[in-house]
Amino acid sequence: MYDMKALYEAHSVAEAVALRAEHPEAQIIAGGSDVLVQMREGKRAGKELISIYGIDAMRGVSLDAEENLRIGSLTSFSHITRDPLIQKYINVLGEAVDQVGGPQIRNIGTIGGNTCNGVTSADSASTLHAWEAIVELTGPDGVRREPIRDFYIKAGVVDLRPGEIQTAILIPKASYENTFGYYIKYAMRSAMDIATLGTSVNVRLSADKKTVERCRIAFGVAGPVPMRAEHAEAAANGQPVSAALAETFGRTVLEDINPRDSWRASKAFRQHIAAESAARAFIEAVKRAGGEL
Amino acid sequence: MAEQHEIQYKTVRFNLNGRDVEKSVDVRASLTDMLRNDFRMTSVKKGCEVGECGACNVLIDGEAFNSCIYLAVWAEGKKIRTLESLLGPNGELSDIQQAFVDEAAIQCGFCTPGFILTAVEILESGKLYSDDELRKLLSGHLCRCTGYQNILRAVKKTMYRRLGLEPPKQ
Repeated sequence: MYDMKALYEAHSVAEAVALRAEHPEAQIIAGGSDVLVQMREGKRAGKELISIYGIDAMRGVSLDAEENLRIGSLTSFSHITRDPLIQKYINVLGEAVDQVGGPQIRNIGTIGGNTCNGVTSADSASTLHAWEAIVELTGPDGVRREPIRDFYIKAGVVDLRPGEIQTAILIPKASYENTFGYYIKYAMRSAMDIATLGTSVNVRLSADKKTVERCRIAFGVAGPVPMRAEHAEAAANGQPVSAALAETFGRTVLEDINPRDSWRASKAFRQHIAAESAARAFIEAVKRAGGEL
Repeated sequence: MAEQHEIQYKTVRFNLNGRDVEKSVDVRASLTDMLRNDFRMTSVKKGCEVGECGACNVLIDGEAFNSCIYLAVWAEGKKIRTLESLLGPNGELSDIQQAFVDEAAIQCGFCTPGFILTAVEILESGKLYSDDELRKLLSGHLCRCTGYQNILRAVKKTMYRRLGLEPPKQ
């Protein structure tokens, strides 16, 4: 038994929005692999829950009229990894979420839950930042869309306003077109572990594959929320593809990140693996884009 | 609407091991609670109860889930399978269970039902996986007795047999 005060179940987005308005204090629960565990630990004990897990309309991946990739917020990690559209356009996201927890966690965990809990270590978060994902929120006044970097306010806090639920995550066509990425999760164990650092890099190369047209990088656990490393991006954009560039790129991330000391790793160690992971992920992303270095 | 000390019940209809069932459950119950207490599916073990160990693993619509972090009311309309579903009509063990016995992949047995149901999901995919892929697919389960090598062997052997292939020498 969970120590919950009451459970309200929504089976449509409209029902969920109405329940949010009716019970503003209630906690939203999607897959529950964070919320139920926290409830067990006593952190959320005695709370009311609004379950949105039964809203099947919020599952699945599709392309919208403008060919933006639309990922329903309740799509599980394992379904994202197996999805043909994800594999075609943003394979790195499928690879990143395939490193969350273990197989059972990837069957219950949702991309919406992974982002709404506002945790910097979320394996989806760095890739979504690096691909400039758009968060779709549905509330009493309708739908609004917001860049994911604005959605994260501070550790554990996201821009989810009264009455709202997150209904989808979009990857704009301009973001995924001709773009190839690579994710590195640094953790102590291969399974059932939380990232010490997550690094997601993607590149778009010129037609002759010799020049970096656009490079983007984002980290998880390099700061209180997932973050882009803009100096590093600027150092790579427009530059000829080379091994030396990968090294410069890696070194430059230190101008952007601000990791902390924690029991998982020291600040100095995180800085070290950030530079190293950035360079390695850059090299892999360039290779996937057809570049040689 | 339920007040703080009033118990809130809900009727849940689902398919359990091939049989349509219906139960009125306390909404605070986990799926583990309901399967053990209301249906006597005692193969579903209470281990960590926070989704770490995999002892409570069941198959829901063919996918493995830790039932300890799954609300009982979410079972509505689902097809749920526990280890009990593998038993033959005269109490025979299934091939994967027998392989666990043959490979000494069991000591205390507490993790075994969870492991075997993940193995069932692996086997029913009809795919041939490498050892590394199998290790990853089995990584959501903790065993504190045998270590994992015998478990890997049991799953691998059964995977080869079901695909009509000769298991490689181990």
